[in-house]
Amino acid sequence: MQEPIIRMVKVFKKVGDTNILKGIDLNIPATETVAVIGPSGSGKSTLMRLLMGLDRPTSGDIEIDGEPMWVDSAEGEKKKIEHLRHIRSKIGMVFQQFNLFPHFTALQNVMEAPMQVLKMERKAAQQRAEEYLELVGLKDKMDAYPAKLSGGQKQRVAIARALAMRPKIMLFDEITSALDPELVGGVLNILKSLAAKCEMTMILVTHHMNFAEQCADRVLFIDQGEIIEDGKAVQVFREPSHERTRQFLEALIEHHEQ
Amino acid sequence: MQNLFDWNLVLRIFPLLLPALCTTIEATLLGMIVALILGLLFALARYSPAYAVKKFTAVVVEFIRRTPLLVQVYFLFYMLPATGLQLSALTTGVLALGLHYAAYCSEVYRAGIESVPSGQWDAASALNLSSACTMYRVILPQALVPILPALSNYLISMFKDTPILSAITVVELLQESKILGSESFRYTEPLTMVGIFFLTLSLICAALSRQLENHFALHRK
Repeated sequence: MQEPIIRMVKVFKKVGDTNILKGIDLNIPATETVAVIGPSGSGKSTLMRLLMGLDRPTSGDIEIDGEPMWVDSAEGEKKKIEHLRHIRSKIGMVFQQFNLFPHFTALQNVMEAPMQVLKMERKAAQQRAEEYLELVGLKDKMDAYPAKLSGGQKQRVAIARALAMRPKIMLFDEITSALDPELVGGVLNILKSLAAKCEMTMILVTHHMNFAEQCADRVLFIDQGEIIEDGKAVQVFREPSHERTRQFLEALIEHHEQ
Repeated sequence: MQNLFDWNLVLRIFPLLLPALCTTIEATLLGMIVALILGLLFALARYSPAYAVKKFTAVVVEFIRRTPLLVQVYFLFYMLPATGLQLSALTTGVLALGLHYAAYCSEVYRAGIESVPSGQWDAASALNLSSACTMYRVILPQALVPILPALSNYLISMFKDTPILSAITVVELLQESKILGSESFRYTEPLTMVGIFFLTLSLICAALSRQLENHFALHRK
């Protein structure tokens, strides 16, 4: 079997006295699209932050592309950060709150990392940035500052910004939750076309079941810091094997019908 | 009986006060440049991964903030020559003002840095920006705008503290007005003029800083 691109072994995360994640074991093969669902406070976002290397697990191991994310070498802090940046270069992330840089235009937001991190020439970086802004349908807005953009447009810029680094793995953390309902569709369509290309491994935290069913190869249900359900979308949604999953799905359907 | 206020004296000493006014402005501007640069360095040092650097800076900043400016001015004035460093009174004064206000400015910088939402740090990390790049390209540009009013307050405050330099023989506005007073035996006019000079320049400075603020606020929208 092919080596998984993401491997988590007995990952625990404790914040203060609260156990947020309680022993996550997870293997994700390359180019798989995985939807993560679960009630708020279940640890979905924490899981995503750990996968991005924004936080360090309290215990357990995370391996990306066959390499551990965190190394404690004798050479100290500098070596550790160097290694972490090497791992992070394979991963991109889009956040619920967009987190665009407000003092940069859309174009500058997308160009920044290719220029500063990949050391691309301004011209080449601009070309790449325009290419990705075009992909998310925002080339005409490239000179606008984030404050001038709608939520949906901001999120599309954020997607372009993450894609421009050409990561192997993309993490989408509830990226439509802060959007007005009429703007959600446009953003989800971009994700669908990305998933259809099967070039990247994608993990998305979402509350849109139809969407998850359409484009995810696999669905994880997380509750109280544990993976309760792990299987094909149809199986998890239609025949969940746990009572907790059933309750959550019912609540979600009720919420949508309201 | 003497006139209460001699307008002829005002006209006569006005040109004599101008060089002193220049000294005052010079001390303020140079002092502020020192304060802004040193203050930023203090603030950045407190984000250093090295624990010793962090702790040492915190102690230095706290020490400077908890001791009087006048004492610091005297201390540098008498101590620096003893270390073999021969500086003019004005340079020493600029250093003292700069150092004192750097401690205050560093706290303002820190407040500005803390005010940047944590999501900006997350986004910078997710894009794999180096920590230096994150600070200079992402965090500081956002941290500076909201603290401009506080920084310009310190500029005005420092401007009003420059008379302290008269204690170490710098001939700034107050010192010059005292010299002029002792020559004519009239202190009301020169001191009033000093007050008016300070008031006028402070008001201009406040107006300018408000304009600067508005400029950035507009740019953001």
